[in-house]
Amino acid sequence: MSDARVRVCPEGPILLRGARSVVDEQGVEHVPARPVVAICGCGKSARKPWCDSTHKSVPGTSPVTSS
Amino acid sequence: MRLPRPRGPLSAHVLRMLEAGSPTDTGIECRAEVIRDADVQLTLWVLYELAYRGFDHVPDSLEWDPDLLRLRGRLEVLFEDELRRSVRGLVDSVRDVADAAEQVLAMVARTDGVSLSTFLRREATRDQVLEYLRERSVQQLKESDPQSFLLPRIAGAAKVALAEIQYDEYGAGDPALLHQELYARALAAAGLDPTYGAYVDEVSAVSLASANVMSLFCLNRRLRGAALGHFAAFEASSSVPSRRVVAGIERVGLAAEVSAYFDEHVEADAVHEQIAARDVCGTWVAEHPDLRDDVLMGAAAALHLDALSAEDLMSRWQTTEVEGMGEAS
Repeated sequence: MSDARVRVCPEGPILLRGARSVVDEQGVEHVPARPVVAICGCGKSARKPWCDSTHKSVPGTSPVTSS
Repeated sequence: MRLPRPRGPLSAHVLRMLEAGSPTDTGIECRAEVIRDADVQLTLWVLYELAYRGFDHVPDSLEWDPDLLRLRGRLEVLFEDELRRSVRGLVDSVRDVADAAEQVLAMVARTDGVSLSTFLRREATRDQVLEYLRERSVQQLKESDPQSFLLPRIAGAAKVALAEIQYDEYGAGDPALLHQELYARALAAAGLDPTYGAYVDEVSAVSLASANVMSLFCLNRRLRGAALGHFAAFEASSSVPSRRVVAGIERVGLAAEVSAYFDEHVEADAVHEQIAARDVCGTWVAEHPDLRDDVLMGAAAALHLDALSAEDLMSRWQTTEVEGMGEAS
């Protein structure tokens, strides 16, 4: 895990590179299936812990709702 | 791949030249609108394919034939001009947003045309879902290939970000996960022909244009900014619709392998849209501020063609519905 890098996207998910596993709030371990994964940041994803872009339809979490 | 059937005088002429293996330059009548012109779009598609997979019995050397390139160049000017005219309003609508990545994402969020994916999820018949899969096949069976031509044209962090996405698109080291192959398997599982180019003869001009725009942007270095913008908008407008298409495919009872392609894109494109908008476009525009407008034009072009494609299919299906109701009464 020493090489894992985390990037928080404004009003979007958390990008995770190089992680071997992600443990969700229930303690369940998920293994990333791709080199970079997006972790749900809005709490509304139907595929948690992964982002499924639901944040775009959640008021206040989309990058453009404020404009 | 075999050569397709002509769609008009221009494509007939070009196809004859390719069959004979001896092109000569040909004049074209001036046309203001080429996006919905199947004759022009098929001609472009065929000329572009010389740079991808080529055609049976057509010499590979014709990829760089000066007469064919000159003809392609003239058609590209018409195509590019129409695109630039069509997207001016959408580009202007994000002038007040400061950051280039946010501008691209804002354009995606502001495009609210006919929702094809919502129709596919809720109402489309099995035949309409199959028609959608056939229409998309001309671009999905070469998914990510145009953008590979873009890699040598950019440098630094933007190049690294693009390569990272391409690696994922190309299966991340596993041939079974190559996205274009996932699409071929989806077609086969739906009882359709997974052969590259199998449906070129029947898809709409707009479907051909949606594939061609990527080649226009990615095969012309001068349009590299537009290529990057197109790429980001394309990735950013895929995750949510893919989720709806999965639901539609399941609703009409097609095999799980058909929805697997779209299912993969729900999570993949949630990642790719962030990297493409921020690390590819944002980074690149910071280093090339003079080309910001090209990036925005490319992004808007992707969304414009997506909207046209949705309108095209929806109007076709609504006409069929009205006709069907007429027959029933």
